[in-house]
Formats: sequence, structure tokens, C-alpha cells
Amino acid sequence: MTATQKDIEAAIAVTRFGLGAKAGEIAEAARDPRGYLQAQVRREGAETFATGGETSAQRLAEFRDYRRQRVMAEQAGKGKGDEADPVKAARGFLRQNLGGDIQARLELAVETDAGFRERWALFWANHFTVSATKVQAASLVGPYENEAIRPHVFGRFADLLDAVETHPAMLVYLDQAQSIGPNSRAAQVLKRGGRRRAQTDGAPPRPKGLNENLAREIMELHTVGVDGGYSQADVTEFARALTGLGLAGPRDGAPPGQVIFRELAHEPGERMVMGVRYKGTGKAQSGAILADLAAKPQTARFVCTKIARHFVADDPPPALVDRLVEAWTSSGGDLGRVAIALVDAPEAWVPAARKLKTPYEFVASSFRAVGHPPPMRANQAIGTLGQRTFGAPSPKGWPDEAESWAASDALVKRMEFAQGLSAAVGPGVEDPMRLADAALGARLGPAAAKAISRAETRAEAVALLLMSPEFQRR
Amino acid sequence: MTRFRPSRRAFAAAGLALPFLARVADAAVPRGRKFVVVICRGGMDGLTVAPPVGDPDYRALRGALALGDEALALDGTFALHPSLASVHALARAGEARIVPAVATPDRARSHFEAQDVLETGAPGVYATTSGWLNRAVQAMAVGGKTDAISVGATAPLILRGAAPAASWSPGRSIDATARLPALLQDLYSDAPLLGPALARGLATETMARETGADGGGAMRAGAGQGREAARTMGSSLADFLKAPDGPQVAAVSLDGFDTHANQMVQLANRLAGLDALVDGLHGGLGPAWKDTVVLAVTEFGRTARANGTGGTDHGTGSTALVLGGALTGRGIVGDWPTLKRQALFEDRDVYPALDMRALAKGLLAEHMGVERKALDTLVFPDSAGVEPLRSAI
Repeated sequence: MTATQKDIEAAIAVTRFGLGAKAGEIAEAARDPRGYLQAQVRREGAETFATGGETSAQRLAEFRDYRRQRVMAEQAGKGKGDEADPVKAARGFLRQNLGGDIQARLELAVETDAGFRERWALFWANHFTVSATKVQAASLVGPYENEAIRPHVFGRFADLLDAVETHPAMLVYLDQAQSIGPNSRAAQVLKRGGRRRAQTDGAPPRPKGLNENLAREIMELHTVGVDGGYSQADVTEFARALTGLGLAGPRDGAPPGQVIFRELAHEPGERMVMGVRYKGTGKAQSGAILADLAAKPQTARFVCTKIARHFVADDPPPALVDRLVEAWTSSGGDLGRVAIALVDAPEAWVPAARKLKTPYEFVASSFRAVGHPPPMRANQAIGTLGQRTFGAPSPKGWPDEAESWAASDALVKRMEFAQGLSAAVGPGVEDPMRLADAALGARLGPAAAKAISRAETRAEAVALLLMSPEFQRR
Repeated sequence: MTRFRPSRRAFAAAGLALPFLARVADAAVPRGRKFVVVICRGGMDGLTVAPPVGDPDYRALRGALALGDEALALDGTFALHPSLASVHALARAGEARIVPAVATPDRARSHFEAQDVLETGAPGVYATTSGWLNRAVQAMAVGGKTDAISVGATAPLILRGAAPAASWSPGRSIDATARLPALLQDLYSDAPLLGPALARGLATETMARETGADGGGAMRAGAGQGREAARTMGSSLADFLKAPDGPQVAAVSLDGFDTHANQMVQLANRLAGLDALVDGLHGGLGPAWKDTVVLAVTEFGRTARANGTGGTDHGTGSTALVLGGALTGRGIVGDWPTLKRQALFEDRDVYPALDMRALAKGLLAEHMGVERKALDTLVFPDSAGVEPLRSAI
């Protein structure tokens, strides 16, 4: 039996655009591979995963309680190993939050019928990385993704950008919550207070100035990109405009942890960013800069290149990038239209699989292929493979090139994972060849098919499937 | 016995041009020499690594971030951060030196651009996709006698490229009796990226078992970034390096040096990790330490002044460390431009008085015997104008 063009496209639709095939998915996509993907694009965005019903604001309040209790415990001289230690209890609670969020997210990836939609959401979560490596942000990452990213992934980029950059998790992660205009009234007050306190108890003065981190990463990583034509002066000016944006504390009159704008902490005056003068005061000033950054052609090209690189090839075809940019520009940054353009682009459907799955994609697609829900330790495996969930090493997020993930050790670790999973589920697989067909469809090549059919045990056959080049690449 | 060296088949599968190796193979690496690069990612604050406590402008610029008597004195000007106790002990023994004002040629103050330039060794950003340490291995290779390894789950850019480089990270060891590794190597015979990588990974795994670098299975994956994890990482790396057919070149990364806020606490922890890594490597290498040079570098330094949130923002010049039993010189490496206002770069950062490439070229020439021509063209492209630094060791 020879595979038709449609069979190959069905396999590509589910494995390259999606998160790998569950049983029956490739057959379902075969009726209309492009339509199968386009039907997953929807205005209301991507599904959210369960975070125990807690919002960012609630999580932030919990974290502040935990910190307060730690200080009190330290002052009371309590032992750290004490069973009744409230700090220990709070820390356990934080860890449980993070672990629960991570597990719920992986379950969604393994169970969803809309693999493309989920991949699209994961792309944006990585583009706008908030990492739990910063402990203050750890319990916020899950709610952040649900609140700021997932509802907007098929909406306007400007709306997504605004939601992300004014979310408590981002303000904490990139230090905005502490940034104060050097000439603001708050800085004057703090300076006087700080001096007085330093004279009395020798404590270091409280923070009272500017922090450039958020402004720089918005320009470099989230919008125009490092070659987007901005200077150090633009970064500093943008950082000044962002001052005032912060989180409510106990005395702000708003629920603690809510994002507020403090006119008192805002750097007064007009700002000049990338050649444009921003009068305005208050939150409108940084809002106008954000909106202008979202609308810049450099932003369209930078982000569309990343999309093409993520879904199609490490070195994406320029024609594909042009198509995405055209869809972006003609629709005013409508991400649903960009997703449709990606599906429509012929460059995205070439049979050769040029991408290597990331560890997250590999593990999620493995569980989808074998038809088992992921156990709690599945996330540990993803970490061992080098991609700890919610733990990207920097605001740049995880790399997307095959070379980053194909270190010799990483391949051995993938093999160990495949061996472990196959030993657990392989014996229960009735017909490994049928499993391979369901997982890869027409993409399954003769060498892998032969190796799987000649395997000594069912477990060995399943491990060979998961480690086959066709399964590793997409 | 399984040897560490990748098989000829792995070379061939990697599409590696053996004739090319032969062409540059006239530079022999002195026997037993080891060279290790530690990349401290995030923009490590040089003024905290080695605070110039004797510089008259230091205290005023740094304010609450200035270190005082707790710093470990080196000379009349410089000290080391208290977390760097092992490095300090090495410095006292003449086996560690600081390089106080070094930077890559990149000036964009972007982590990712600066790390790219730091690791590719190119004069500008995104000019090449291979790393300078990998190309240095190509220049050293005499019929493939020099091998390289990175420790950590992902391959750092600095070691990516045509020369085969292994990577290793702790985890449970594979079942040596299973058929899967052999079956997969067959299945990967036409897979350009996966085939050679898996072959090297399996060889390294075997070596880890034989040398005890895997800690007899005691090491756990995801042991984190703690001080003890860093020490273990250092001693595991040492086990590889001192093995009879072990690699001569290694790279390892430490994350988390981006300290925009609350810098004092954050850096105390990160530097303790760096110190433990060095200590683990030093202790683990034993007699081989005397043939070793370690270079610890970062992508850029940070602002000379403290920012408004108890931290510092992205800057330019930073401090590198040169360590190892092979050191012969004393004192700081390179010049100290001082912290005078007119000496600061753009009235903001420590002045980049020394090109990182000059430092690396000096170490590669002096310690690993890499020839000038290869350094100027292959290892650091278009860098003939950058003189290798003399007496950096």
C-alpha cells in the first residue's frame, strides 16, 4: 500500500503542528488535514489548566504571608526543622502549588483533542517566559499563563502584550514591582526616610530608584527584537515611563497583590522612546509605548520568524516568514489570522521533518502515543531531559534549535525515558506495529517499521518507536 | 574496554572532514594539559566577584552594595567576595588570578547577544553557529587525540561545532544488557544529528561508569543548583578529565547571575556555587590539577553604580578568573582602568580594558599550544588585530 499525499499531510498535521498523535487522530485528520487544524483556531483562546481555582492575586497574598511568617520565625529564633514551623508548612504549600500546576498543564497536553491549539499556546508561554527559578514568581507562573496568555493567543498581539506586561507575575519576575522614578515624589520621601533610618539603626536604605530589566526585555525579547533599532537611552526612557506600575501593598487601599499604578512613584515628565515623544502621564504613557511597540514592523518580523522557526525549521524559509508577516500586518496583528496563514503555507508541509521535538513535546507525545495519562514523575523526566517545566533559565525562554536539544547526553537520557516508559506500558500493548501506525501514520519509514516488527519484546518495540528518528523529529 | 574516543564511524557520520583535521594538526597539545571554561550566565557583577576595595571611588559608587572588611584581601586594591573562600586559598598559593576589566567585543548589553559573541568567538553577533572552544579543539586535534566534554543536560554553544564533543549530566545509568542502544545505533545510521550524538553519549556513559564519575549511582538527577550540587559537578568533571583517555577540554555553565535586585543575597549564593565547583574540580583532579587551567567568564559586567532596587543593571566590563595548578604568574591579569568617573565606559560601566578574545587566545597559546594562525582565523575569526595576551598564566 502506498501512502497518498493526504495520508502524509494528515501525519504532518498531527505531529508537526500538534503534540503528536493519540489513537485515531491521524485517521481523523486525513479527511481534511488543513481544515482539521484550522478548526482548532478559536477566538476565545486556548484551554486553561487547573490551578486549584486560585488566581495570581491569591497566590501572591499566600507568598507574602509565607515571607512574613519566615521573618517572624527567624526573629523568634525557631529551629528550621521544627515540625510546627509555619515556614516549613508554607514552603511545602508553595511547592505543592507549583507541582500541581505543572501536572495539570502536562495532563492537558497529553489529553487535549486540539494539539495545534495547545502547541500555539505553549509557543506564546515560552515567548513571554516567566520562570519559577525566581522564587517570588514560582507560584504565579501557572495562574499567569492561564490569565494573561491563554485567553489571548488567537486575539490581537497588542492585547496579549498588554495582558502579559501588566500581569503581577511579569512585574515580579522582571523586577518592575520595585522600580521607582528617581525624581518621583516617592523617591524624595524614601530618600529622606532612608537617611533618617540609616542614622538610627544602620539598616541599608530601601530601594529608591529605577530598574531597567522589564523595559529592556520587552524590547529585546517580546517585541522588536535585539536588532529592532533601539538604544540604551531608549531602554532607560522606557523604564522611566514604566515606573509607577507595581503591586498593591498593605497600605495601598487595593487588594494586596493587585496590579496598581502609583502616580507618586511615576517619573514625571515626557519621554522619548525610539524617536517618538510621549507626553501623557500615568499609566497611559507606558501603555502608549507598548501599543506602538506592538505595531512596529520589526515586531511583526521578529515574532513571525520565531513562529516559523518553532513550527517548521530551525532556519525557516524566508517565503514562509513573509507570509506570516503579511497576515500579521494586514490584520493589525491578529494572531488567529497568523495561525491560519501558518496552516495555509505550503512551506510548512514539506515532508522532511526538520525539527527535533523539545523534551516537553517528546514526553507529552510519548504519553499520547501509548495512551496513558502522565504520572507525577513524568515532569521529573522532562527536567532530566533538560527542560524543567516553568523553569526556563532566563527570560529568553527555552531554545528552539535542534542542536540545543541533541547533546549526546540528552539523547541517552531520552533513551532511558523511552526504556522506562516502555517497560511499564509496553507489555500491555497488543500490537506494537498498529501502535506505530497510529502514532506516525504515513511518516513511519521502512527502517523503523522493520526494527519495530523485529523487536524481541513488546517493550523493546515500543521503545524503538519512541526513539525512532520519525518520532523524535517532527 | 570501551575507550572514550568516538568511533571512526561517529566521525564519519558527523560528516567530519578528517583531511581538514590533518591540515591543522601540526599544533601538538602538550601531553596531559587540561583546559576548562566555566560560563557564568546572566552578566556576573565583576565588582562583587573581586571588589576593588582600595579604589577610592568604589565605596561611593556602590553604596549599600560595597563590601568592607568581610572581603578576602588579595592586594592593596582588590579583594574577593567572602563566598569565594576556595578561590582565595588558591590565589594565596599562586593558583588563581583575577582579570578585572574584561569584555567581549559586543556592546549591546543584551544577555543573549553577548552570550552569543562570548561563545562563538566571532567579532559580531550571530556570525557563526559553532563555538570557539569547539574550533580550538579542532585546532588542537592530532588525529583526534583531543576530546571535549560539557557537563549539563544541554550542549552549550561554546562547544558546538564540527569537532565531536560529548556531554554528560547525572542521572540513572542505562541498562547495559539491553539491546536497545545497539538497535538504535543501527536505526540512526542515516540520521545526521541523532546518530553521532547517541554514539558519543553511550561512550560517555560507559566512561562515567568506569571512572566513577557517576558517583556509583549515588548522584541524582535534578539535584539542583545548590552548593553541593556544584561541588559534585566539579568532581565529576574531574573524574572525566583525569581518565586515561579522558577529554582535555571541558565547558560547564552556571546560571543565575542576572542580579537587578537584591544582589547581595543572590550573588552570595551564586558565588558560593562557583567556589564549590572550583573546589570540587581542584580536589577531584588531584595531581592533574598542576596541568590544568580554568577560565571563568561571563557575557558582560554590570553597572558600576547600584541601581534603585538593591541591584545593578546590564553593563560592560566584568571580572574573569584564571585558575589552575599550571599558573606561574602573580598579580592581576590585564590593567585596571579604575572607577574614576572619566574612566567609566559611557559614564556607567566598568571600562572594557581587555578583549576577552585576547585573554582566551593567550591561554590557548600558552597552555594548549594552539598556534597563532589558527587562533587568528579558525578559533577567533577575523581577530588578527587582537594580540594574544602574554603571561596570563
